[in-house]
Amino acid sequence: MGQITLKQVRKSFGEVHVIPGVDLAINDGEFVVFVGPSGCGKSTLLRLIAGLEDTSAGIIEIDGQDATSLPPAKRGLAMVFQSYALYPHMTVRKNIAFPLKMAGMTEAEQTARVERAATVLNLTSYLDRRPGQLSGGQRQRVAIGRAIVREPAAFLFDEPLSNLDAALRVGMRQEITELHQQLQTTMIYVTHDQVEAMTMADKIVVLNAGRIEQVGSPMDLYNSPVNTFVAGFIGSPKMNLITGAEAAKLGATTIGVRPEHLDVVQQGGWAGIVGLSEHLGSDTFLKVTTETVGTINVRAIGDVRLHHGDTIRLAPQAGSIHRFGPDGKLI
Amino acid sequence: MARAVTTKRKIIYTAAAWAVGLIIFFPVLWTILTSFKTEASAVATPPEFLSADWTLQNYADVWARSDYPRFFWNSVVIAFGSTLLGLVIAIPAAWSMAFVPGKRTKDLLMWMLSTKMMPAVGVLIPMYLLFQRTGLFDTRIGLILALMLMNLPIIVWMLYTYFKEIPGEILEAARMDGASLRNEIIHVLTPMALPGIASTMLLNIILAWNESFWTITLTTTDAAPLSAFIASFSAPQGLFYAKLSAASTMAIAPILILGWFSQKQLVRGLTFGAVK
Repeated sequence: MGQITLKQVRKSFGEVHVIPGVDLAINDGEFVVFVGPSGCGKSTLLRLIAGLEDTSAGIIEIDGQDATSLPPAKRGLAMVFQSYALYPHMTVRKNIAFPLKMAGMTEAEQTARVERAATVLNLTSYLDRRPGQLSGGQRQRVAIGRAIVREPAAFLFDEPLSNLDAALRVGMRQEITELHQQLQTTMIYVTHDQVEAMTMADKIVVLNAGRIEQVGSPMDLYNSPVNTFVAGFIGSPKMNLITGAEAAKLGATTIGVRPEHLDVVQQGGWAGIVGLSEHLGSDTFLKVTTETVGTINVRAIGDVRLHHGDTIRLAPQAGSIHRFGPDGKLI
Repeated sequence: MARAVTTKRKIIYTAAAWAVGLIIFFPVLWTILTSFKTEASAVATPPEFLSADWTLQNYADVWARSDYPRFFWNSVVIAFGSTLLGLVIAIPAAWSMAFVPGKRTKDLLMWMLSTKMMPAVGVLIPMYLLFQRTGLFDTRIGLILALMLMNLPIIVWMLYTYFKEIPGEILEAARMDGASLRNEIIHVLTPMALPGIASTMLLNIILAWNESFWTITLTTTDAAPLSAFIASFSAPQGLFYAKLSAASTMAIAPILILGWFSQKQLVRGLTFGAVK
């Protein structure tokens, strides 16, 4: 089981209110991603759930039990840190076995479980090495191994991939997703990378300045962002947020149009000059400078024959314009 | 050409290093040489660097005239005892300062260090009276307490700097892995800080071994260590330099040997954290 409920959880460091009050329900077996810009409180929230920080107010329940004042060791959660946080003086085998040893498990049971975890993570031939002799990706696997052997109620990941290079990151991202499908255990994953959030999550929690902006499935957030922050944060390239006369025409303060929801038209629309054009083969990304609505990102399918300096006209597709009011909220 | 310059430079640097080393070591060398001279030769003018008649008589005299093993044993008990007791107190103290610092942790550290800036003689009378009244005067336990308190700021400071180098996330990982505070300190913190703890221990044993102000003033006979043993060979008149040198050599030999065998550890300790 791994059901986690936060009720009005607050955290302040002196006068600074990092988390002004969060309510959140995480269901058993869910893959939840906390995403937001750096300093938004996502790591702090994870550390509050882990018990590494004390809450200033509010209740944290794990499987229906009040865990607010339980020490981290008693919460039955496992954590993977950004820096891996392996024990440098122990071999890989001892690192993975450490939580089992702390739980007072027999040597035989420890060995069996370590072997099993090592097989899952392709670490069998590295068991007698020390962390210093491993590559970044292998270290990350050891850290995950140390988390899975204990069969915890939930896994907490604190930006686990940010120290890896881009290619390895994609691989590990898929491995973690597969691991979740295999184990069906609750996972809470913190990242500032919205691509990781979109690809891995069952449920994304978008945080900004310690507040939850929106909770929902990746596609919910993509298709119906509730405010300009979520609209701008989720999706790559970013949604175009247009203010001024064009927005006022539609009775909004800001309108949002995703780059793929813009068509190149012969007449009408917004006239502009192509600044940057990136041809990826499958897609073409254009940066178009217009007089009416400023600089606009456009994504066209396939290889579109448009280059720097070309003049084009853009029109948003009907029904895919998001309208936001003066407070930034969806109208 | 470039290679020749480097070699030349290397020779100059090596020679300079040896010269500085010899200057620093010279008093010790002179003491050792003097201990093998006759009393007359020890005070000869101009000084005799190498004596005409080498003798072991001084050592025989010193050995006969006093109970060297007892002084030696007192030194061992006091140096090791005060260091170990200091570590037992300082490890948790340094742990809390390094990993759960409060608003005043820096001030506390400075205050601890400031106690080392006070001249010891400033508290001589209160300490002396305190020791007299409590029955700690001339006891090994009294000296262990006194020297432990003298060196505690240094032990805490050294351990604090070592512990600061250990990433807090590793200790947090241990906590997440179900380790109690005791297990966290025993299985994770201590093994990781072991080189630091070892060099702290070594430096403090040396400091305690060589301490003479308190060991001489707070003892008479029973608990007197080797520093008091040396002092007992100085006299207001007569010739005593050779015997005093022999006593000094006998007093510093054990710690010199210990230091020699662990110098690698010691150097690492003194320069730890300088380069990461």
